Amino acid sequence: MSADAVTRIKAKRTSSGRVAGGKQGLSRGSTIGLHVGLTILAILCLIPMLVVISTSFSSESDVKENGYPIIVRDFSLDAYEQLIGRSSRTIIDAYVDTVMVSGVGTFLSLFACSMAAYVLARRNFFLRTHLTFFIFFTMLFNGGLVPTYIVITQIYSLQDTFWVLVLPLVVVPWYILILRTFMQGISYELIESAKIDGASEFRIFGTIILPLAKPGLACIGLFILLRYWNSWFEAMLYINRSDWQTLQLMLIRMQQRVEAMFDENSLIQTNLRIVDIPSETLRMAMVVVAAGPMLIVFPFFQKYFVRGLTIGSVKG
Amino acid sequence: MSESLNEYPPLVAKRGRGMLRRRFRMQSELHIMALPVVLILILYNYIPMFGLVIAFKRLQVNLGILRSPWVGFQNFRFFFSSPDAWRVTRNTVGMNFLFIFTTNFSALILALAMNEVRRRGILKFYQTIYFLPYFLSWVVVGFMLYGMLNRFGLVNAFLTRTFGIEPIRFYDTPGYWPVILLLVRIWKGIGYASVVYYAGLMAIDPGFYEAARIDGATKFQEITKISIPLISPIIAMLIILAFGHVFRGDFGMFWHLPRLDRNGILKPTVDIIDTYVYNSLRIIGDIGIASAVNFYQAFVGLVLVLTVNRITRGISAEHALY
Repeated sequence: MSADAVTRIKAKRTSSGRVAGGKQGLSRGSTIGLHVGLTILAILCLIPMLVVISTSFSSESDVKENGYPIIVRDFSLDAYEQLIGRSSRTIIDAYVDTVMVSGVGTFLSLFACSMAAYVLARRNFFLRTHLTFFIFFTMLFNGGLVPTYIVITQIYSLQDTFWVLVLPLVVVPWYILILRTFMQGISYELIESAKIDGASEFRIFGTIILPLAKPGLACIGLFILLRYWNSWFEAMLYINRSDWQTLQLMLIRMQQRVEAMFDENSLIQTNLRIVDIPSETLRMAMVVVAAGPMLIVFPFFQKYFVRGLTIGSVKG
Repeated sequence: MSESLNEYPPLVAKRGRGMLRRRFRMQSELHIMALPVVLILILYNYIPMFGLVIAFKRLQVNLGILRSPWVGFQNFRFFFSSPDAWRVTRNTVGMNFLFIFTTNFSALILALAMNEVRRRGILKFYQTIYFLPYFLSWVVVGFMLYGMLNRFGLVNAFLTRTFGIEPIRFYDTPGYWPVILLLVRIWKGIGYASVVYYAGLMAIDPGFYEAARIDGATKFQEITKISIPLISPIIAMLIILAFGHVFRGDFGMFWHLPRLDRNGILKPTVDIIDTYVYNSLRIIGDIGIASAVNFYQAFVGLVLVLTVNRITRGISAEHALY
């Protein structure tokens, strides 16, 4: 290796902001190629989202004439004005319901999963093997849609209630196992000494375990929150009342209305007036309103998602 | 995991009933803490498992599950003698295999590329963008796809303007959909999947690369002779584990993207077991067929998971699920 190359590598190592490591750098040409490739991929990732946002801010006539835009050609707030004027109540209600479901659900789920994880992390818990199997088995096998649907609607009669959106999602075996791994890292002496001082298990859990497991809890909490916010399956399956919906269900129902309209064989077609069809721009505005907040908030917490993934994949 | 479970064998068997009761009382608080999870799993997972028997019954709502009459394999005969059985099985398994290989392959390529990015800030920037679609639900993605593919959509607008051809009726043409779903799948999952591989690449000892460089290895050789061989165990394991789930499709994706709610035209290529069960249960309202197909899926799924795990344990015990 030439002296020139050695100094080049040394310079690379010492300059700040670079990832340390023993690998050789790319040539200038390859580096440009790499970044061009990664940038094109990034643009492809963003285009579908840009189309939705741009369409929502376009005029209906422009969309009908020139197709959906990537970048707004004819700026207009018509869709949002229509949205506020016609269905603002529906949207606010849907927001409130989604926030309620996500809030209550995330709290309950994190609480239940972390307690179970703590119990599993306690090596001297005498039913540990059984409990682990009991929880883990549900990852391998489940009854499937039909028995679950029949049990929930016929035996528990939970359809059209708030709890049917919350309870079925509370326990996530995978998250319990990740939290358990996380809590096993907490030294057992700490728990032991607290016990000698006469602390109850609840106290130990509340004052020692939870604070120490905070990074793990934050990460799993975000996964759970995302799961609740984006959940639509339970709503689509169990909610039949028309006066009550979450954001995701609102989108599903809007879609069903639109399709009913265009379905040539549909008998109900004649009963629906053409003005009831949400315009192309209005539909996209609803998507922006429903999905936007999460797209703005979650990327800030991305490092937690990445961390959760790596804990899960390395130690799972 | 198997070693750690055996580290503390339950003491119950050796010491008899009195000990059991005492230990139970001693750790009563721990039992209470595990109770919420146990109760919810019983209510929403274990009790429905027993509900699988309805596949062998003719469910009558007024009689309930237990007292409805048994009909043997009638529901199954009905399903397996229809052309639907082959179609939904083929679509489910075929699409899953397609997804497994292509998503893993593309995530690997992306991770290798990201591994060459030297500046942490730029890397984070790319990663954030690739991760964005992961935060969207299939319902929302369904709308986005519609924005791309409908009559006025971006793709048709582009085709009409550049080539002057008639708009393609994507939502009426089954043939396009395996490719469309595959692309959307990669788009939505690549940020997430590449993180796993990227973490694997980061864990490789830099000494290997240094040694290779001293021996005059090229960049390409570094990738093909060091990076790929060293993370291939992770790739192999992820792929094998995924085989255990090829009988279960992603309902949200196959329902909301082709808009199966009303659009039956696309069924030849996109109807999978999960959408078929939902359709039979909630739209047609035929619980008999729905429960038979549901049982078929649960049963074959279990066999697959057990087989795959047995194979995995043979190759590498630490990666086996149990």
